[in-house]
Amino acid sequence: MNILNTKSVILFAFHICNIISGLLCQEVLAGVVAIVSKEAVQHQGITLTMEGIVNLQLSSKSVGVFEAFYNSVKPIQLITSNIEVVKQGKVPGGKTEIPFEFPLHTKGNKVLYETYHGVFVNIQYTLRCDMKRSLLAKDLSKTCEFMVHCLPQKAKLQPTPVDFTITPETLQNVRERSLLPKFLIRGHLDATNCVITKPLTGELVVESSDVAIKSIELQLVRVETCGCAEGYARDATEIQNIQIAEGDVCHSLPIPIYMVFPRLFTCPTLETINFKVGEFTCNKYKSNSATVCGLPMADRCDSLFLCRV
Amino acid sequence: RHMTGEKWHSRARRYESELQSCGLEVAPVEFSDYHPLKSITVTDSKSRRGARKGSTSSSSSSSSSVAPDPLSSMLDGTDPLSMFAAASASESPPTLSQSRKRREKEDEVGVDFEPWSSKRGEILARFTTTEKLSINLFMGSEKGKAPSLASSAVSEKVRTRLEELDDLEEGSQRELLNLSQQDYVNRIEELNQSLKEAWASDQKVKALKIVIQCSKLLSDTAVIQFYPSKFVLITDILDTFGRLVYERIWSMCSDPRPLPDSFTADEVNDTAKETCLNWFFKIASIRELIPRLYVEVALLKCNRFLTKCGIQETVPRLTAMIRGIGDPLVAVYARAYLCRVRLASRTYFLSTLSHWLPSFTEISTAPLAFFPLLGWSALLLNSVMWAFRAEFIATRATDFIGMIKDCDEAGFPQHLLFGSLGRSLACADPPEAERLPILNEAWKVITKVRSPQDYINCAEIWVEFTCRHFTKREVNTVLSDIIKHMTPDRAFEDAYPQLQSVIRKILTYFHDFSVLFSMERFLPFMDMFQKDSVRVGVCLSIMDVFIKHQQEPTRDPVILNALLHVCKTMHDSVNALTLEDEKRSLALLINGFIRMVSFGRDFEQQLSFCVEARATFCNLEPVLVQLIHTVNQLAMETRRVMRGSHSRKTAAFVRACAAYSFITIPSLTSIFSRLNLYLLSGQVALANQCLSQADAFLKAAVSVLPEVPRSISIEGKLRSSEGFLLDFINNFLSALLVVPDHPEAGVLFLVRGLLNMVQDYTWEDNSDAKVHVYISALPLLAAMSQESYLYSIPKVDSNETLYGGDPKFLAEINKLCETLIGQVLDHLKTLGRDESIHRQGSLAFSLFGCLLAHGDLRNNKLNQLAVNLWNLSHKQGYCNTRTSVRTLEFIKHQAQQPDMVHLSDVLHRLTLQSRT
Repeated sequence: MNILNTKSVILFAFHICNIISGLLCQEVLAGVVAIVSKEAVQHQGITLTMEGIVNLQLSSKSVGVFEAFYNSVKPIQLITSNIEVVKQGKVPGGKTEIPFEFPLHTKGNKVLYETYHGVFVNIQYTLRCDMKRSLLAKDLSKTCEFMVHCLPQKAKLQPTPVDFTITPETLQNVRERSLLPKFLIRGHLDATNCVITKPLTGELVVESSDVAIKSIELQLVRVETCGCAEGYARDATEIQNIQIAEGDVCHSLPIPIYMVFPRLFTCPTLETINFKVGEFTCNKYKSNSATVCGLPMADRCDSLFLCRV
Repeated sequence: RHMTGEKWHSRARRYESELQSCGLEVAPVEFSDYHPLKSITVTDSKSRRGARKGSTSSSSSSSSSVAPDPLSSMLDGTDPLSMFAAASASESPPTLSQSRKRREKEDEVGVDFEPWSSKRGEILARFTTTEKLSINLFMGSEKGKAPSLASSAVSEKVRTRLEELDDLEEGSQRELLNLSQQDYVNRIEELNQSLKEAWASDQKVKALKIVIQCSKLLSDTAVIQFYPSKFVLITDILDTFGRLVYERIWSMCSDPRPLPDSFTADEVNDTAKETCLNWFFKIASIRELIPRLYVEVALLKCNRFLTKCGIQETVPRLTAMIRGIGDPLVAVYARAYLCRVRLASRTYFLSTLSHWLPSFTEISTAPLAFFPLLGWSALLLNSVMWAFRAEFIATRATDFIGMIKDCDEAGFPQHLLFGSLGRSLACADPPEAERLPILNEAWKVITKVRSPQDYINCAEIWVEFTCRHFTKREVNTVLSDIIKHMTPDRAFEDAYPQLQSVIRKILTYFHDFSVLFSMERFLPFMDMFQKDSVRVGVCLSIMDVFIKHQQEPTRDPVILNALLHVCKTMHDSVNALTLEDEKRSLALLINGFIRMVSFGRDFEQQLSFCVEARATFCNLEPVLVQLIHTVNQLAMETRRVMRGSHSRKTAAFVRACAAYSFITIPSLTSIFSRLNLYLLSGQVALANQCLSQADAFLKAAVSVLPEVPRSISIEGKLRSSEGFLLDFINNFLSALLVVPDHPEAGVLFLVRGLLNMVQDYTWEDNSDAKVHVYISALPLLAAMSQESYLYSIPKVDSNETLYGGDPKFLAEINKLCETLIGQVLDHLKTLGRDESIHRQGSLAFSLFGCLLAHGDLRNNKLNQLAVNLWNLSHKQGYCNTRTSVRTLEFIKHQAQQPDMVHLSDVLHRLTLQSRT
């Protein structure tokens, strides 16, 4: 990322060399600040500021529109730190690269959570580089996000397969159960403890169905819970929805369930005092060419525990 | 100058000594030497396929006794265009991906594996529709992007991209209805173009969108007969996309040096890996199953960049994923695409097949009425028999028959299965012992097929197998079965193509016509061809085979009767509307047949065959000409057998031959055919000592002369007949030397008759033809005045003997010569004007040449005339100096001979004027 100062043509940039992975980590953030300029640049000092923030936003569904707007929960600062890279002085013309290393020291006993961009919960780490300059010239500033990944857990993850059955009886969001066509879908997920870098896998078998199936979809939903003065808000939002069967598929033939977890929008299940990200769930979704109401029928299923191995 | 009243004296000739003195030495021509008259021999070059020569002629050694047709040798696969094509195909510098592809193909796929490129064209040509098609296009990206809510730069970018992807799926959708097939193809081509443009302008997301759009079209099976073609078009786009992505990632690793072809994932740098991974993440989030599947298959090869055995791990997953596609047609084609991309391993193909089979059995129980092809297992069997190598099928033919019998008749008719099996067996042979049982089993089913159309479709295929391995007995049985099925309700009328194909197949395997026509059912089979054009077509193909394969002349009455019948059918098809070309080819075939008929020593039978043939083929002139030649040949053959002296019986026979020709010739319309045949038949009659017949022929020829029109049509163009007429007259003149005068008709009556006709003939205006005839009559007259003639016919007394050099006879000749010379000189006078001065010169020179060669120049008058002619021809300087010089040299050479000394005097008086 570069900033172009039109007056003296200063190219001001910095790179981060590594992805930080660690909870309570002693890792350092390393990189270079690069200054490219034709002439020498006079400055009042270059500083780096690192910040880690959890932003919580209440959903209008749980608390009402206005409250949602006003009652944003205060951001939680996970880490903040500031160092001076270069003291007041002059940077010579040409390209100057100043390497830096930034130790990640958390405040007190706080831990660093993994970077996550959700709807109601946002965990973001940024590094800002400022060049202070004399009154006549504008200060230069540059911001860059850096990713934090959890340190892989040492413990070996036990696969926890789970079987499921979907019938008209198991559906949750229907009123006239008697009007539903008869059907039976069976299947299993290979694990509910999933490694976030590995796909979700399993199988599904349509044992019987009175009407022709139109589509079977797999929906990945995340549940975010925010705590605030009024209690806590729990919201489920769809991250990804993929079709695994199209049309009236062969009965009694297993159809694979396979979903890659999208990057950035998922993170390992996380639970803290103020907020909770996780309880990812997976819905089997079955559209019938329904005679009843034409609405899709959904069945909520197992919550997943995601982690990084 | 006085040019009239010239005296003529022929020079006495001693033909033998002249021949010895002037004859050139005979120089043997070496085999490898070039000589323009040597027959063309074809030496097979290596590149030429040797098979062509094969079957035609056998006994004659391959050094060509038959001059090969130069046209056909041109077409022998080595013509320059196809050579260029072959060269460019093999030499074109292979691009990176091409070479790699080729290598993969060579390494891993058997040679017999039908390449996709050939299959592709076949599918596009075969699966077309006239129904209206519709296409769904998604115009997602057109609307302006609302600024994203996201707070940070990075996620914004990512989000925008993902939203674009979403747009693609939900975005504004435009449905185009009522497209014709061509419109549809154009649309897809547009998409293909915009894919390439998008890629070139670095709009990767747009490119991906287009590909997703396209693959979505494959879920629509509305117009089922077009689906295969649609599949081809769209997978082309997918292939392009796959290649673009692969090459891009490839190029990212080219620093510092390009990856080797056999690279491993370890050699790929992180940026390339990350890019590749990014593509897969994007694809994994495509909502709909079919686009996700197709795009991932298209990028299958990119797995190489990520892990070592990425492809092997991914393929089974994709295969399983296809099970989620409900529509069996769509699913099968998705499998086909996966197989195509993953062409490399056969084992994979088998595993796909095993995935596919359970779904088949499942589907066959499901009520899928919309899909016309039920009876899945039979269908599969059918496809297997179509697609697998014929040899493979043939060796297991008995097993296949077992399987076919087990198939459920309801879904897929057995006769179609037998048809497919028959197709394989037509080009590969099952084990010897199994052949008869196979035929029996197959025919048991075929003969039960009710619908004549279905029946003949299947039977036609099996005829080939029958012909290939069995004798005429089995083929006869098959034919009678076909007749039985196709005769009721005139079912054959709808099956001419198949019936023709049956005949063709039989003809391919049975070249022996005695065997062919001894099949009882062959001619009844022919009777089913009742539509004239078809009937003639069949006859043509029969005759074609006969002429190609019959090597010995035949007198077999079965063959003759049958073929006469066949030829008559062909002949009778000629009517006023028949094109000249068609007539010619028909006549060519019939002539070929006539030439192959020989009754050996039974000449009378042969003649009566010709009489019958003349009655049968009266409308085809070339056939009549051939018949006259045949009869003439017959007469000459009789003469040869009798060694020149006819008995009473044979004399009567050759006279009968002459009579045949004499009454046949007038029915020809072509005047020159008539003239030439009169002359030829006259010569034959003369050779057979039939003097009065010979006279009659030659007289007839002379009397026909005035009928020669001044222009005749040759190959559709009107040409002057003069040249042809002169040729004929010269030919005729040389024949006259040996024709004895008729005792009652006066001296030289034929020559006089001819010259009178020439005089009365209306020659073209401004033409010297008449004078040319006069000049060329002089050598004949000179030859006639010799003591012994240049040539004679054994046992025929020519004028030489009849007159024995009688001075009256000679005087008669000389008088005639003088008249002729007078005529020529008169004509020369009329040519004195400017525009014809050139013609005067050349005519004078030819008369000079004639005098020099045949006149006795010791005679002063002749001598003077010769010198005058020389001067006349050189006066205007138009004559060819080279010819003049050579003439002078010739005279000088002649003058050295003892009795020619007088020529040196002439030589002195001939001056060569240099051209001014």
